[in-house]
Amino acid sequence: MKRRKLIVAGGAVGASLGLGIRPVAAAPADLHAAIEALVGTATVNKGRVTLELAALVENGNTVPLGIRADSPMTEADHVTAIHVFAEKNPQPYVAVFHLGPRAGRASVSTRIRLADTQTVVAICVMSDGSFWSGSADSVVTLAACVEPA
Amino acid sequence: MAGALIRVPSSARRGEIIEIKTLISHVMESGYRRTEQGTVIPRDILRQFVCTYNGVEIFRAEIYQAIAANPYIAFTTVATESGRIAFTWSGDNGYSATQSVEITVS
Repeated sequence: MKRRKLIVAGGAVGASLGLGIRPVAAAPADLHAAIEALVGTATVNKGRVTLELAALVENGNTVPLGIRADSPMTEADHVTAIHVFAEKNPQPYVAVFHLGPRAGRASVSTRIRLADTQTVVAICVMSDGSFWSGSADSVVTLAACVEPA
Repeated sequence: MAGALIRVPSSARRGEIIEIKTLISHVMESGYRRTEQGTVIPRDILRQFVCTYNGVEIFRAEIYQAIAANPYIAFTTVATESGRIAFTWSGDNGYSATQSVEITVS
């Protein structure tokens, strides 16, 4: 018990000295807060959004991510924005893409960082004001953000 | 100034959906990393990417620390008319870079 306390104390000292190399991972609570800040009290429907994300990622520093939304992309019915969240990143808000009927297709690709094995969530805002979400899980072997320079 | 790579077809048929791929060289320093001495490396990221087609905004992205270094963004647009597609990246420390390409629509 004593030894365990010592280790815990040592860890705390290390962290207070700024020696901890791992930033505090965002809890899913942060994710919910970030999503709530976006949608407010509106309901988020599941579906219409597909994420292309590798199930196993060797290097979390650069992870290809593709997002497709099922939408005709017409003047009357289109995607206005795609918000991307990563629940366990130190800052869960990854990016927002604003698009419109001139996009022709609701399809965006980028490369993101993943600090841990986690779920990536995309929320699409449609022109009628409804929210649709999709998610993908990824196992990350080498985490981003934590290594010293 | 900046090293940006842009892939847009040089010509397209009117109404065709074309894919635009962009890549810009930037460290995207997250502000979460520390040096071996323990000092925090200050954040230096790109915050915004805007694409205009003959002066009209067709795509915009607000990006954060979780976008990988050398941000790659690909999206689509409908080829409506011949002209200029311009790209602007802006970010921390007053960073701004603009590049444009010409497209012929028949």
